[in-house]
Amino acid sequence: MKYKGWFLRAAAFLPLALMTFLLSGCADVVVLDPKGEIGKHQLDLIYITTGLCLIIIVPVLILTFWIAWKYRAKSKKKEAYQPEWDHSTKLETIWWGIPILIILLIAIVTVQYSYKLEPSKAIASDNKPITIQVVALDWKWLFLYPEQGIATVNYVQFPEKVPVQFQLTADAPMNSFWIPQLGGQIYTMSGMAMKLHLIADEPGDYFGTGANFSGEYFGKMTFNAKATSQADFDKWVQDVKQSYPAMSQDGYNELAQPETSLVRSFSAFPNGLFDNIVNKYVVDGSGHHHGGGEAAPLKDSAAASGQAANGEPDMSGMDMSDTDVSGAAHQH
Amino acid sequence: MKITKLSDFFVTGDPLIYGADVAIGLTMVAIVVALTAFKRWGWLWREWLTTVDHKRIGIMYVIASLLMLFRGGVDALLMRTQLALPDSMEFLKPDHYNDIFTTHGVIMILFMAMPLMFGLFNLTVPLQIGARDVAFPLLNSLSFWLFFMGAMLFNVSFVIGGSPEAGWLAYPPLSEKMFSPGVGQDFYIWGIQISGIGSLMTGINFIVTILKMRAPGMKLMKMPMFTWSVLSSCLTIILAFPILTVTLALLFIDRYFGAHFFTLDMGGNPMMYINLIWMWGHPEVYIVVLPAFGIFSEIVATFSKKRLFGYGSMVFALMSISIFSFFTWAHHFFTMGSGANVNAFFAVTTMIIAIPTGVKVFNWLFTMYKGKITFELPMLWTMAFIPCFVVGGMTGVMLSVAPADFQFHNSYFLIAHFHQVLIGGVVFGYFAGLYYWWPKVFGFKLNDKLGKWAFWLWNIGFYVCFMPQYVLGLMGMTRRVSSYSWDTGWWSWNFVSTIGGFLMGIGFLFQVWQILHSIKFMERVKGDPWGGRTLEWSIPSPAPFYNFAITPKVEGRDDWWRRKELAAKGVQDPPPKYEPIHMPKNSGTPIVMSLFWFILGFGFVFDWLWLIVPGAIGIAATMLYHSFNYDTDYYVTVDEIKKTEAKAGRVV
Amino acid sequence: MANVAANHSSHDHDHGHDGHHDLEALRTMGFWIFIITDCIIFGTLFATYAVLMNNTAGGPTGAELFEMPGVIAETFILLTSSFTSGLAVLSMNRGDKKGLIGWLIVTALLGASFITLEVTEFLKMIDEGAKISTSAFLSAFYTLVGTHGIHVSIGLIWMVALMLQVAKRGITPVTKRKIGNISLYSHFLDVRCIFRFTIVYMMGVR
Repeated sequence: MKYKGWFLRAAAFLPLALMTFLLSGCADVVVLDPKGEIGKHQLDLIYITTGLCLIIIVPVLILTFWIAWKYRAKSKKKEAYQPEWDHSTKLETIWWGIPILIILLIAIVTVQYSYKLEPSKAIASDNKPITIQVVALDWKWLFLYPEQGIATVNYVQFPEKVPVQFQLTADAPMNSFWIPQLGGQIYTMSGMAMKLHLIADEPGDYFGTGANFSGEYFGKMTFNAKATSQADFDKWVQDVKQSYPAMSQDGYNELAQPETSLVRSFSAFPNGLFDNIVNKYVVDGSGHHHGGGEAAPLKDSAAASGQAANGEPDMSGMDMSDTDVSGAAHQH
Repeated sequence: MKITKLSDFFVTGDPLIYGADVAIGLTMVAIVVALTAFKRWGWLWREWLTTVDHKRIGIMYVIASLLMLFRGGVDALLMRTQLALPDSMEFLKPDHYNDIFTTHGVIMILFMAMPLMFGLFNLTVPLQIGARDVAFPLLNSLSFWLFFMGAMLFNVSFVIGGSPEAGWLAYPPLSEKMFSPGVGQDFYIWGIQISGIGSLMTGINFIVTILKMRAPGMKLMKMPMFTWSVLSSCLTIILAFPILTVTLALLFIDRYFGAHFFTLDMGGNPMMYINLIWMWGHPEVYIVVLPAFGIFSEIVATFSKKRLFGYGSMVFALMSISIFSFFTWAHHFFTMGSGANVNAFFAVTTMIIAIPTGVKVFNWLFTMYKGKITFELPMLWTMAFIPCFVVGGMTGVMLSVAPADFQFHNSYFLIAHFHQVLIGGVVFGYFAGLYYWWPKVFGFKLNDKLGKWAFWLWNIGFYVCFMPQYVLGLMGMTRRVSSYSWDTGWWSWNFVSTIGGFLMGIGFLFQVWQILHSIKFMERVKGDPWGGRTLEWSIPSPAPFYNFAITPKVEGRDDWWRRKELAAKGVQDPPPKYEPIHMPKNSGTPIVMSLFWFILGFGFVFDWLWLIVPGAIGIAATMLYHSFNYDTDYYVTVDEIKKTEAKAGRVV
Repeated sequence: MANVAANHSSHDHDHGHDGHHDLEALRTMGFWIFIITDCIIFGTLFATYAVLMNNTAGGPTGAELFEMPGVIAETFILLTSSFTSGLAVLSMNRGDKKGLIGWLIVTALLGASFITLEVTEFLKMIDEGAKISTSAFLSAFYTLVGTHGIHVSIGLIWMVALMLQVAKRGITPVTKRKIGNISLYSHFLDVRCIFRFTIVYMMGVR
């Protein structure tokens, strides 16, 4: 047993090393350091459910080690040995009952939060929300600002304390759009317009990433989400409008080629680009696309944009439901 | 696929692959030379390739799955090495990294966990229920060879044609021709499809075996818990695997005939694939973990020298888990925007599974309570399993909370969770089972000291590898990224995780050493080395080919324990009266038919009609040959039984 | 194992050796479970069809394509074949080998004419430009109806093989079990045929 000491030393060193890492890198643990209302609620939920789980996990862990130690055959003390004892209605009722109770509590909390944090639900705020359209491409993120008329690639900027309504789609394999410090993710899928509402409570640079594997350079699909004051945001929009080129339809087609991309900005983009991307694969008279009519490009997006009103795509045969709460997509 | 030059056919351009080519070539040459030099071809054919004996089929399953564990493990270490080097340091190029995580996932679940599980079914179930073989021995052999050929077809993609690279569940549209034009995805489809048919047949086989072939007196509620767990797992198989068969077939039809089930254009619906594949995929994880629960139940009772606590609860828990596993699939895509109603429903159904699972843990603990526990290797692995699985279960409940899952989904938190339940539950469980039943199968024990080294390396390695991954998930690291930049702060955690991965790798090497060492210094054991409780321990180790010279009459649970207690009280068994035993004959049909399946699959992968046609004809011909063959069995004479029993050390 | 039950005149003798189970009953049970898995396969295909049936993507719809007289004929033929396979089993139970083979031949002929009609229907549709690659609806249609057709074709080959075995070996426990199984198989194909008729064709022309 001379290796035992070595093991113990290793076993003692590792948690210490881990603690050091943990303390040094706390700011990087983005999910535990939310900067937006949605992310904060989700963190609350994580803490609540973890706490409820621990009520049962901790005693079980202690019990495991205690029983294994106490009833080991090598024990010097003579402990009770009852080889035939294999049933106790009272005990079994207890350990069916306790997990049922805990799970019931977690379930109640979960159901409440499911409705509260439904991603397609608008965030209540005094400020007028801003709409940003997101297109997942191979292997880059394109952001369209229909109200401002500008576009960016691989970074997104919006004012703090203003609810952001992301409308998301993909012109590539499915991806998932995630800014951990602001809140949870949602899939981006071709032929569908998903909705995700987030808000930043303070200015800052937030890490954003694609979360669903979409091919060769999927790992390069990270982006910076920058929240600034309203004034800085307006200034930035003017700046983009003045100092960057406009994106043409050809320019978009080129951008959509499967390649990685640097950060880019455009002072304008073609009218109705987002709706065109969503409807790209819809053939006239094809009935429901993607199984349930969720593909409906959102009417209010066109209305809100104020500039994308013309050139609306043919949406005959499509379900035009644009209720906020029911979700951008329901399963067939 | 049009092959115009050799490099279209063979994978080229990577030193890693050339190395593998050379290694595979040399190994094959060495095997052929050795078999020829020792004149072992006939032996190999008669004794192994054509065998219908469940014990030998079980051994072949175990060997194949350990080889696959090696390959899947190497894949894992390659990935961990890449992730220990952030930014522009490229050990693996992104496309190569994508190959490797895809094959790692597929191999570990379908070509390692499944066959290891089937191996344990085969080695144990007939012995536990007092049967001479499974219900359909020839079908059993066919199942094995279909698995084997499927696994080979899948692995061939490493050197021929190129590996799949769309993830282990191959979500469309990425896995469609439009985004994955290469043959890798077709290797994936046919490799899994062929072995999946084998899995389905094993499911049918063991259901009939367990329901119909138990020794007289063994009522359902007197079955050993492992047999119960196999029954629940097989019921899940027959309900889940047809869905996989259809789903893969539809993806194939999309790719091969240009159909539009899951394409983006012409009305296809990729979300339907994601639903279908998880309708199989979620039950699949319960398929592999349920037998592990059975194994732990056997081991805890044996090494606590005590009856299993709460037998009725355990059976109920197993069955309810297998039923509930079919109502949780959508928790794999809470973030698809299905709306609060759907998410809340699937969140709750998922949590409900935690209840029976938790109850099982309590029952194991109270089996140990007031017992006399010895910590030999099987029990050690069981003791490692309980805390590991309990924590993994907790993170599972955390993930099932739909609104919180928006923050966990597809991150390393998820990766850490499912590795914790799959390694902590399934791998630890199957290792425990292998250590437990090894003496029964081979007649000797595995070396304890080397086994303990392996045990501690695996366990320490596990926590060092996967605990940091929970943190990485909370830091926003998503699965399947092949590189990241320094400023993410992920490097240190990844580095620690990689160390853990290699510790587990060393643990595996210790296990290989342990097996080789134990073969060399063989410690022979008698029939019942652990003080077992169930029927398999009542016969010699290794078991004679007919298992039981006399079919046992069962009177209670833990029947062998009961008989030992009677014997201790001086009650003697009556002298055995042997009768001829009816046994199935060996057959070459399964391996030949499976070879034709391989040919068919390979033909479809490359779209070579000249291979597809003979493959299909060969399958039909072997099937008809089998239908017309009525000479499939024979009788073992009483003389031979007496001789075999005497040789195994039994008084006749 | 099979010929033991067949050649040993005393079935009970075999019973004694293997304890309490009967090999042929075992195999019948296995076949029932196989039928369950096959039903799940068809259930999944019907579900995919239900999801995709309106996704015609500008291509022809069911109402434009399906010709009900032919489909009704197909359905009627297969239902009749189920009846005749039942008659075959009745003959078998009476020990009437000739009757058994005769009804099997009738069943097989009905199955073959079903397949001929279906293939003709498919070829005509393809000729009209309705291919498997035309739309998701047609992908689902061809796959579902085609899988059913492949099942019938496999059943035909199997039935011919069984006729030869019955002709050679007569009615034994083994051939009895095999005929029982193929009869079960064909009954379930008819059940699916009814689903095929109502879900695919009736709802398609609606």
